[in-house]
Formats: sequence, C-alpha cells, structure tokens
Amino acid sequence: MGIIKAINLAFEYIRRDEEGNVEGILRAVDGVNLDIEQGDFIAILGHNGSGKSTLAKHFNALLHPTEGSVWVEGKDTADAASVWDIRQTAGMVFQNPDNQIIGQVVEEDVGFGPENLSVPTEQIWERVEESLKAVGMYKFRKHSPNKLSGGQKQRVSIAGVIAMHPRCIILDEPTAMLDPNGRKEVIRAVRALNQAEGITVILITHYMEEVVYADKVYVMDDGKVVMQGEPRTIFSQVEELRRLRLDVPQVTELAYELKKSGLPLPDGILTIDELVEELKKLKCSGTGVDYVIDS
Amino acid sequence: MSLILDHVNYIYGEDTSMAVAALRDVNLVMGDGEFIGLIGHTGSGKSTLVQQLNGLLAPTSGSVYFNGNDIGDKDYNRKELRSKVGLVFQYPEHQLFEVTVFEDVCFGPKNLGLSPKEVELRAYEALKQVGISDEQFYQSPFELSGGQKRRVAIAGVLAMKPDILILDEPTAGLDPKGRDEILGQIRKLKEETGMTIILVSHSMEDVAEYVDRIIVMNQGSVIFDGLPREVFRHYDELEKIGLAAPQMTYVMNRLQQEGFSVNADAITIEEAKQEILKSLKRG
Repeated sequence: MGIIKAINLAFEYIRRDEEGNVEGILRAVDGVNLDIEQGDFIAILGHNGSGKSTLAKHFNALLHPTEGSVWVEGKDTADAASVWDIRQTAGMVFQNPDNQIIGQVVEEDVGFGPENLSVPTEQIWERVEESLKAVGMYKFRKHSPNKLSGGQKQRVSIAGVIAMHPRCIILDEPTAMLDPNGRKEVIRAVRALNQAEGITVILITHYMEEVVYADKVYVMDDGKVVMQGEPRTIFSQVEELRRLRLDVPQVTELAYELKKSGLPLPDGILTIDELVEELKKLKCSGTGVDYVIDS
Repeated sequence: MSLILDHVNYIYGEDTSMAVAALRDVNLVMGDGEFIGLIGHTGSGKSTLVQQLNGLLAPTSGSVYFNGNDIGDKDYNRKELRSKVGLVFQYPEHQLFEVTVFEDVCFGPKNLGLSPKEVELRAYEALKQVGISDEQFYQSPFELSGGQKRRVAIAGVLAMKPDILILDEPTAGLDPKGRDEILGQIRKLKEETGMTIILVSHSMEDVAEYVDRIIVMNQGSVIFDGLPREVFRHYDELEKIGLAAPQMTYVMNRLQQEGFSVNADAITIEEAKQEILKSLKRG
C-alpha cells in the first residue's frame, strides 16, 4: 500500500436554507480510487469546480469522506485520534502566500510548525535552517516576509511545511498568483524536494507546463478521475483534454498541429528538446518534404 | 480618445526614510482602439502605472493627459474620468456583493446618476457583452462558477461605458478553457466597440496571442514598447528581468540555431507551424 490511498471516496457538500432544510446536495468527489506511492511526483489536473481541491483536502484530514475512506500511511483519516499524525505526514500549501504566513521574521514563521509539535528548541533551529536551505531562502531568514516577492513568500510557506518533516506535501495551485519567475522558483524548489529528499509531491495546477515532470497525472472531471497515466500518455490526448476544459503545453500543441498537417511525429512530445530532435531527424532523412502538402 | 503620460514619476512614501520610486520618467501615448499588453514582474510598477491612468494615484511629478486635459488640474472632473477609464482589479469577483447578478452590474451606472431605465439598459448590454445568459441574470452571483463570476464583475465595469478598459490579470486562477473564454470575450468586445484595452498579464502566451502592442516595465521604467514580435526578440533581456517569451519563441530560436531556415519571430502556435512546414518543404 502506498503513502496515500483513497478507496471509493465520495464527498458531498450539503447546502441548507435559513431554516436548515436541505436545498441541494453537490457531490464534489464521486467514487475516487487512488494509490500514491511514497516518493512519487503526482499532478492533479481538472477545470475549476472539477473537485480537485476537495479531493486534496482529504489527504490531510481537512475534510472527511461522506462515503469510502482515505488512508495516509495506513491511518484512516476518519479516525479523530490520527488527525495530528496525518497532518504531520501530509503537509499542505495553498494558493495565496499572504494567507499562510504569520511570522514577523522569515525564520520565526518557518519555526512555527515544529514549535507546535513540541520539537526541542535546538532542533527547531536545525529544522528551520535545513528547510530554508532546501527552498533556497536561507539568506532571507532574518527578513520580514512582507517584503518578499510572491514566489519567495510561497517558498517560505513550503519551508514552513517541510520543517514539520512531512513525508508528503500537497500543493493546491501554489503558482496561480505568481509571475513567471516566481512560478519557476517554486516548481524548481518542489522538484528538488521530491528528488533530493524523496518527499512525495501532490501538485494541483492549471499550468500544463508544470506537469511535464510528474511521474503520474490524474485528470478530474465532475468529481471523478477520468484520466490517469504518465504525462506523455495524458498529453497525447489533446482533443479529450480540451473537452475537459484543459489544455496541453504549447510545444505539445505545436507538435500535434504539425502532425495533423502531415509530419510523421510521435504523440505526446513534451519538451522543446524532444520536438527539435524529432524535427532534425525529419530534416536529415528528408522525409518531411514528402508529407508537406502545399497550403 | 487618447491617454498621454508625460515624464511621470511616482514615489511611495516621499519625504520619509522609506521612500521608494515606483515609476521613473514614464512617457507613453496610448491611442484609440489599441489592445495593449502591460507586462513586468511583481513589483515592477505595473499596478502603480495603472492607478495613474484613472487618477487613483497622482504623479509625484509629471502629468497624465486624458483627451488633451491634464487630469491633475484642480478643476478636472475626476469622477467622470473614472467612468471613462474602467479598471478591473485582480480577482474582481471578490467585489461582487449584490443579491442578483443583474443588480450587481446596475450598481456602477446607478451611481453615475442615470435614469433607472438607462441603468437597466446598460446592465443588460454589459452582461450580454461578456456572454452571460438571461437565465443567470436573477441568480445570486455567488452561485456562479469562477469564470462566470469574473465575467459578471467585468460587466459591472463595462456598464459604466468606459473608453478604456484596464484589466489586471483577468485570467489568474482560471482553468485553461476559462482563460480562453475571458480573453476571447475581451477581444470580441474590442472589435465590436473599438474600446482601448490594457491587459496586465503574466502569461506571455496570452499576450502573444491577443495584443497588438506590448509595454514592458522594469524597476519603474518602460524598457520595451512595441509589437509583440519585436519585444519578444529580446527574450534574453526579458529573462534577466524575471520575465520570459512565449514557448514558441524558444522553439523557433532553437530551430534556427540548429540550421532550420525559419523566421524566429513566430510567437503563436499557428505562426510557428507555418514556419516549420515552410522550412521542411524547402528541404
């Protein structure tokens, strides 16, 4: 069994009027089965309202299943006694960095988590140091978080989670409010954590380019997992993704369009390097010429 | 319609030890019906610039002229200016507050002192312009999806009938389809009304696809101003200031370095596709 497992998970939001009568029920997550291996980099895609955030909130017991169950390191999230263990195992980073920072000084903010776990003071400082180094923010440790850029703040938020020594970190659209540089910084930090520290990463995002490096992608629609597989497999299905209000990375789309025009390119090209290599092959063999029809 | 910035400087906290220059000698002319993309990393001065355009901030030195009049003049009607230069902030759906979608959009024109008839007419028109259907008019705005809420918020500004519409990151947090829908509506709006649009954006791909002119800000100064393909030629410099070019620019430049005879100016997928096909045909 993997680090996080969902079995027939369903979650319903119940809307009530002023008298408390049930007005409507929204099944936000509907029969999801997942098994996430320790050390994997997982991406979850889906349009607004597809249920991905609701699903993610089950992974650290912020929400409890209406039906089915969620297991984190073998512990049932519905069991109130395990909640603290589960939250220590699976840490969460949200979209807006301004809502997640409470300290007046960067290092104090990062120390807040371990302090609440009653970690001895000396070890707190060790953890703060290693966490800030892991996200490349150590030199800002004495700064006020208010003066940092969005990407820097978001990396401090991530450090705050890492300082609690989680084995899994869940990021819910961590780059939605950042500029291109901030986005790159955060994704680089997250990938480093995954590769160097072996921390399991679950990344929810609307940016297709960020998903390219994931081990596995889950696509959600209407509360259900409708596609799953390696990025290459997922991004080969351009039309299907569009139907789900999603997209593919621009290079993938270019390759797809070129293929539609007759070039013999493989499906699911994900990076610029791959596309350039394939085009070079075509150019050398001269085969491209035969396929290009006058337009 | 024209908007001119003449040697505009703006300093936050002037005369204090915390003084920060947010705009340095900005000179710009924005004309009728332009679709302008304003880009720059966080803290580059974009938002400060935008707030100068409708008089929310007044320059520390220099002037802003709207249709030939200095908006800093004592007797200038700034209330009217704000109805002519519409500003849609980031996450505008947080500003929705009324009971129904329709009433929310009526709020702006109502405050202009128009007749109830005119107010409703404008609200109706604005909601149509952003693609909200009649059935949704009397729903609570809070029951709509994220993309719909945002479009209602934009309609609230459109109902003021602005000459210039400024949108600060209108697609932040939306899914890819939602992004395309909003930007498509904005483009249609521009084509139908001839309104000037200023789009503040972090997405180079969106900017490449939609705008006619790009203004790049860095440390309070305008460092590039021109056609998208011209600006993206400087992708090296853009990266140095925390920005990037659209992915297509990198693809085309790589291909050029590898000996393909392609024009590296292609910035959209369609342009890139045509270039690549052309180069392979020549062999």
